[in-house]
Amino acid sequence: MKKNNWFKKELFFHALLLPAAVIVIIFKYIPYLGITMAFERYDPLKGLFDQQWIGFENYRYLFSLPGFKSVIWNTIFIAVMKLIGNLIFPVIIALLINEILHPLYKKTVQTVLYLPHFISWAALAGIFIDILSPTGGLVNKLITSLGGNPVFFLGDPKVFPYTLAVTDIWKELGWGTIVYLSAITAINPEYYEAAKMDGANRFQQILHVTIPGILPMILLMMVLSVGNVLQAGFEQVFNLYSPQVYSTGDIIDTYVYRIGLVQARFDLATAVGLFKSVISFVLIVLGYKIADKFTGYKVF
Amino acid sequence: MKKRFTVSSLIIYIFLGFLSLTCIAPIINLLAVSFSSKTMVDANAVLFWPKQFNTAAYEYIFGDKQIYQSFIITLLRVTLGWAIDLALTISVAYPLSKDDPRIFRCRKYYAWFFLVPMVFNGGLIPTYLVVSRLHLINNIFSLILPDSIQMFCVLLMMNYFRGLPKAIEEAALIDGANWHQIMTRVYLPMAKPSIATVSLFIIVGHWNAWFDGMIYMNLPEKYPLMTYLQSVVLKFDITKISTQELMLNPNLWEITGRGIKGALILICTVPILAIYPFLQRYFVSGVVMGSVKE
Repeated sequence: MKKNNWFKKELFFHALLLPAAVIVIIFKYIPYLGITMAFERYDPLKGLFDQQWIGFENYRYLFSLPGFKSVIWNTIFIAVMKLIGNLIFPVIIALLINEILHPLYKKTVQTVLYLPHFISWAALAGIFIDILSPTGGLVNKLITSLGGNPVFFLGDPKVFPYTLAVTDIWKELGWGTIVYLSAITAINPEYYEAAKMDGANRFQQILHVTIPGILPMILLMMVLSVGNVLQAGFEQVFNLYSPQVYSTGDIIDTYVYRIGLVQARFDLATAVGLFKSVISFVLIVLGYKIADKFTGYKVF
Repeated sequence: MKKRFTVSSLIIYIFLGFLSLTCIAPIINLLAVSFSSKTMVDANAVLFWPKQFNTAAYEYIFGDKQIYQSFIITLLRVTLGWAIDLALTISVAYPLSKDDPRIFRCRKYYAWFFLVPMVFNGGLIPTYLVVSRLHLINNIFSLILPDSIQMFCVLLMMNYFRGLPKAIEEAALIDGANWHQIMTRVYLPMAKPSIATVSLFIIVGHWNAWFDGMIYMNLPEKYPLMTYLQSVVLKFDITKISTQELMLNPNLWEITGRGIKGALILICTVPILAIYPFLQRYFVSGVVMGSVKE
């Protein structure tokens, strides 16, 4: 009787959650069944359950391809560069923004720096292709006017990964400052007063009050970004790369897209996708565990 | 309390000003190029101000009915997607914010249920197969339903709800209100900053998405604006303009590939950049209260 009563009380919550639960089952859980394709020789003409089971043959084949290992390496290299940049630069910019005294200037700088975050890579790629062009692009114009040689930012395999990292860091630079700026406002002003009494200058105040104050937030962002080690940024790479930079710029997600949806090798593409999902899963869980242990952060 | 204005502050001001300029300059440059004549663009003479002002690029883009079709698809997608995504986000975030097991016993199980897809992705191909077997290809709902529940937004709103004082809820319960009333009359009005923030993320997300349009829509006339921009225009070939078109509109002689691309990029980005400053004032409370909890 009592239990029944409980359920009735909670009925509203269950009813609220139902539509979302159905959608998640259809579009997130049912696709898990398709993961079996990674271990099959998939024939689209046959039914989902009549496929030939071949175990790890797809993986053996993938790792025998010379291109696949470089795809994994490219992914990690590009993703880690972005990850480190996206951790360091927003902290620095947040500290600098905090030093601005004029409210209007501060607000303008913030608004403008947040802008790129809201532009789609589809559009931004068009902008970058234009301004990074070796013939007449804004950036190369600047370089040549300073006496340098034009750089093929998007066409030279040696330069391409760095172009990806820099443009991505630039895009997320302002947006990344939000959490730190809010952490800074949460610092007790008395600490600054005390530091001033002890004769600390502005720089020393940043070093001994502001940075320790936002350190927990920095650490949290650090551990949570561990899960991004294989996230090299599909939308960006897909819109900026070209066959001439595949050797250094092709990443797991673009590779999956090409062999899966362009060449229609569903089995191989699923195998690569699963490879990425499993590693990402382990890293994300690891990141959350560390975050929970050291900062008490819980997702739910 | 007033801080002194020093040389180091001056350097910081200039540096941040310069950084802001890097966000603005490319857009201004694009704008100038899109309004300049072919001679000037080809001679690479345009910087931040149009030279030999003309509107050929815009005439060409707005002369093609594809832009209107894509715009309507995007508008539909943003409106429907916003309504559905927001309703679902609220309906997940509110129950999950009840972290007292005496109030909602099953919360833990639901939390796990929604958490698993967030950390383990089924992958591009399996998801594509589900969408195609549901016959959603070329259907606007293929752009809305698969990612209609963004866990990031759910977490943001859930933590916002959790940050609101519990005493209000207790008072309402004592007054005999049920959960439905507490949600619609107490919590939602108080969660306006969070709703505004999440709305912005949803709207921007739908406006900017192009990849799902590319894989789920087979017919170019069903492409949303960003997919159109991505697939058609970035591969724009100026030689495809027929002599007949040129006869009809002599202005088209002034078209350049860069001008067309620039004009279209602006047409596709400016609307979303225009709404964002209005919602910006909610960010700080919406994002901050959502990400920090007691």
